[in-house]
Amino acid sequence: MVLYVLVGVIVLLVLWAIATYNRLIGLRNQTLNGWKQIDVQLKRRHDLIPNLVNTVKGEMAFEKDTLTQVVEARAKAVSASGPADAAQKEGELTQALGRLFAVAENYPNLKANENVRMLQEELTSTENKIGFARQFYNDIATKFNTAQQTFPTNLMASNLGFKPAELFEITAPADREVPTVDLSLQK
Amino acid sequence: MNLLEQQASNRRRTWAVMLVFIAFLVLLGAGFDRFFLGYSGTSLPVGTLAALALGTGSAMFSYYGGDRAVLLSSHAQPLEAREAAAQTDAEKFKLTQLDNVVDEMAIAAGLPKPKVYVIPDADPNAFATGRDPAHASLAVTQGLLDRLDREELQGVVAHEMSHIRNYDIRLMMIVAALVGAIVLLSDWGANGLWWGGGRRRNSDEGGGGAIGAVMFAVWIIGIILAPIIGQLLAMMVSRRREYLADASGAELTRNPLGLARALQDIDSAAEPTKLISRGTAHLCIADPLGRALGDKEHAAAELFATHPPIAQRIARLREMAYQSQGGH
Repeated sequence: MVLYVLVGVIVLLVLWAIATYNRLIGLRNQTLNGWKQIDVQLKRRHDLIPNLVNTVKGEMAFEKDTLTQVVEARAKAVSASGPADAAQKEGELTQALGRLFAVAENYPNLKANENVRMLQEELTSTENKIGFARQFYNDIATKFNTAQQTFPTNLMASNLGFKPAELFEITAPADREVPTVDLSLQK
Repeated sequence: MNLLEQQASNRRRTWAVMLVFIAFLVLLGAGFDRFFLGYSGTSLPVGTLAALALGTGSAMFSYYGGDRAVLLSSHAQPLEAREAAAQTDAEKFKLTQLDNVVDEMAIAAGLPKPKVYVIPDADPNAFATGRDPAHASLAVTQGLLDRLDREELQGVVAHEMSHIRNYDIRLMMIVAALVGAIVLLSDWGANGLWWGGGRRRNSDEGGGGAIGAVMFAVWIIGIILAPIIGQLLAMMVSRRREYLADASGAELTRNPLGLARALQDIDSAAEPTKLISRGTAHLCIADPLGRALGDKEHAAAELFATHPPIAQRIARLREMAYQSQGGH
């Protein structure tokens, strides 16, 4: 009798371990997929910036500092590794871009330029997509982390090699708002 | 009530409404069996089965082909075709912006990107259709593109995306088909009464005197009322879902004021949207007939409206904006 109970308990434990493992794998894949969504948009943003800089360079020759800051911030962001690092460097890039667009306000030729308008629309959209993809990623990453850290899953999660996912969070309060890049291009 | 509770309560109401529709179909069909075919309980209830089959058939038809029919009838053109035909840079810019905004909202809602269409109509309006998020289409009029800025456009697209996510597009298509079937059947029933009065008396002899007469009266009243009640219910479902789509759309953009401003713009241009027919009204962002319900909020007028008064929708969105500012 005792033997049967023991075997039963062991079988239940094994079943539980399998179910837990599979659930964690599922969450991890979702998290990775969520990160890929952000990564695609970040890459797109990095690709758009050289275009933008080249287009506005001639007109904004006096604003060398602003342009250099954007280029440098982009270079840093491209070489970022991992969500937390990327989040910080992308935040800096966002700020640099915001300054560039703010300064560009003073150049009527730029405002009228169809190329600049299109590039700005693309950048705004990419920025928005990063924001929305970030919500999604952070939600699923938090779920993944909570699953690992709650009892009793925490007893086996780290033994099976699961690590908490980094959140894509912008820490500096100034960066929290995606700046409204506005060249009065409404309509 | 939070969003999830609202969705759940919507689902319950929707099921109740569906049951009422099915009951109407059965009533119409059973009456036909009883009074025209002399149904006595032993043979097959042909009328009832036919009524249910008609309801199911038209629901199935709109489930699979309703989106194409709606897009065709409103002369919607695919965004890509429109982009290829665009002549000015400004036109092209606006179309790119629309494409981008739809992309963003699809990411925010976690749904596949719907097919995007543009309707060559100067009145600002928009609708979504399809049987599920994977087979959804989103159409906006040229007037909407011309009039709204990016934030406003985002609000409208988020509203439509919420219709897609909440499966309103499927529900409203099926509801419209069922109402259509009921209207058709009660029309036939009324015609049958007109022409077939003699048949009835014959069958009554087999049926049963006074009780038969009362039941017949009930059936006639049913025939007269069914289409009206059916439409009232459909409008009720539609109005509730408009509020829900406003709210969950604002949750997607985190910017209720964008949609509020868009609604104001749309309201100020309340000309009828010519290319969108009456039957598609419940899918649109604003009533395409442009009835100015906002000013005179008559209870009677409201009962037959597919959309809540715009003034009330704007007020609710403003309230949401106010609350979210206070909350942080």
